[in-house]
Amino acid sequence: MSQLTRDEVAHLADLARIDLDDAELDHLAPQLNVILEAVASISGVAGDDVPPTSHPIPLTNVFREDVVVPGLTAEQALSGAPEAEEQRFRVPRILGDEQ
Amino acid sequence: MTDMLVPFDDVVASYDPALGLEIHVELNTNTKMFCGCPASFGGEPNTQVCPTCLGLPGAMPVVNGKAVESAIRIGLALNCDIAEWCRFARKNYFYPDMPKNFQTSQYDEPIAFEGYLDVEVEGETFRIEIERAHMEEDTGKSSHVGGTDGRIHGADYSLVDYNRAGIPLIEIVTKPILGTGEKAPLVAKAYVSAIRDLIVALGVSDARMDQGSIRADVNLSLAPKGSGVLGTRSETKNVNSLRSVERAVRFEMSRHAGILDAGGSVLQETRHFHENDGTTSSGREKSDAEDYRYFPEPDLVPVAPSREWVEELRATLPENPAAKRARLQEEWGFTDLDMRDTIGAGALALVEETVAAGAAPQAARKWWLTELTRRANDAGVELAELAVIPAQVAAVQALVDAKTINDKLARQVFDGLLAGEGTPEEIIAARGLAVVSDEGALSAAVDKAIAENPDIADKIRDGKVAAAGALIGAVMKEMRGQADAGRVRELVLEKLA
Repeated sequence: MSQLTRDEVAHLADLARIDLDDAELDHLAPQLNVILEAVASISGVAGDDVPPTSHPIPLTNVFREDVVVPGLTAEQALSGAPEAEEQRFRVPRILGDEQ
Repeated sequence: MTDMLVPFDDVVASYDPALGLEIHVELNTNTKMFCGCPASFGGEPNTQVCPTCLGLPGAMPVVNGKAVESAIRIGLALNCDIAEWCRFARKNYFYPDMPKNFQTSQYDEPIAFEGYLDVEVEGETFRIEIERAHMEEDTGKSSHVGGTDGRIHGADYSLVDYNRAGIPLIEIVTKPILGTGEKAPLVAKAYVSAIRDLIVALGVSDARMDQGSIRADVNLSLAPKGSGVLGTRSETKNVNSLRSVERAVRFEMSRHAGILDAGGSVLQETRHFHENDGTTSSGREKSDAEDYRYFPEPDLVPVAPSREWVEELRATLPENPAAKRARLQEEWGFTDLDMRDTIGAGALALVEETVAAGAAPQAARKWWLTELTRRANDAGVELAELAVIPAQVAAVQALVDAKTINDKLARQVFDGLLAGEGTPEEIIAARGLAVVSDEGALSAAVDKAIAENPDIADKIRDGKVAAAGALIGAVMKEMRGQADAGRVRELVLEKLA
């Protein structure tokens, strides 16, 4: 089992938009490795004949009828928004300064 | 930086273009892909939303079965294989058009794959290989405030409406399209047009490019002629009309050639197309944006269409539009030019329905392509939007065939139909349009014309039958157009034999 490097953790944090400082990276990278190792023990049990599982219950084709059901009003939808304008969610500038 | 543009002819002399097209088709289901919110266009902002499509905690998505059915039908119509088992995947990215911070899509297990579509350009057939067609959901709609022209660059902040977020989309992706040379812009346009025709025939989408229910992303790269390699591509996003697809390809070919001729390298990036001048400009920079960390969607179970279901859906497929056109042309006895004009005028379905209602194909074609096209142009509407339906055109032609009216009077009947004056028969009665079939009146009018035009009458007596036109014209004038010109001709020639 290869180790997760500190750089990889930094990259993942960046993708997830989690701001981690050096001390936090030093702290978290070994912890994540401990978790990965624990999970990796499964591979000792599941042989090549056991495919990776994405869904624990063997269900397929759970479909919904194409029938409209009532949703939220605009007021309800926007009630949790930090800011709203013209009945729309107001969000900060999307393209920031170059990083 | 101003782009160095190479004239198109010089581009194709030195380079081989490779095209790739990604078309997003918004389905016309009643509801969204994973929730029961209405999928209709044009509602007040944020009135077609619920916890699922807003990505609120705890919301549980469920797949719209009708959307899966449409996806399979599209796949089959594109000659694709249909997956026996496939999953949805989360495409993770941070962008406010998706409130969940991921788009539910399909990654390495598309529902349909390995198909093709044949398109014809100037008599040459190009087989476009389809790599995949997969299911996903549309994003919300952002408007940008501050800055210039409502563009995202330089905006102070943005406003988002999530009515569109979660509407079912099918994304159709081609393999690289090679060997099109100078026809690349036309092939791209013909392909998008063929996809639109197919979608219309399937009835799975409104197929309105102007409203964004069909959107095309155009990938283009150039390689030195004959090198057999693929160059670096640009991806021009959201090209929203057939004409724009052609222009975008043409522009990108000239732009790429400019960069390559100068010894530079093309940047792999997204581009925006500008309708006003047909140019493209650099879009958002993708640094780590391609790193979407796809993983199987845990909240949706896999889709495993039974082979029985797939075959049932195959049986619902409409006739392939290209095959149908060939069949109709054969049945109607149209020349290639007749057919091209008819399709170009947007009259194919109208002529088909008019023929089905009993009119001869050439007569149906004549009315739609001349008289009715002119009226549609005058009114500034599409032919199909004109207030005359194929059954009425067939009824008018039937009256012409029965010699109740002639072509000239038929035009006045169309006036009446457009003005909502009732059925063709009612209009003929109300306007007094019927052809005079009273032989006595006709005969008298012919005698009068002969008497008034002795020179012409002499010519006809001498065998110059072509001169009869002038006398027929005089009779028709006398009868105020309400005579059967064929019968008048017969009478003129009889009397001067």
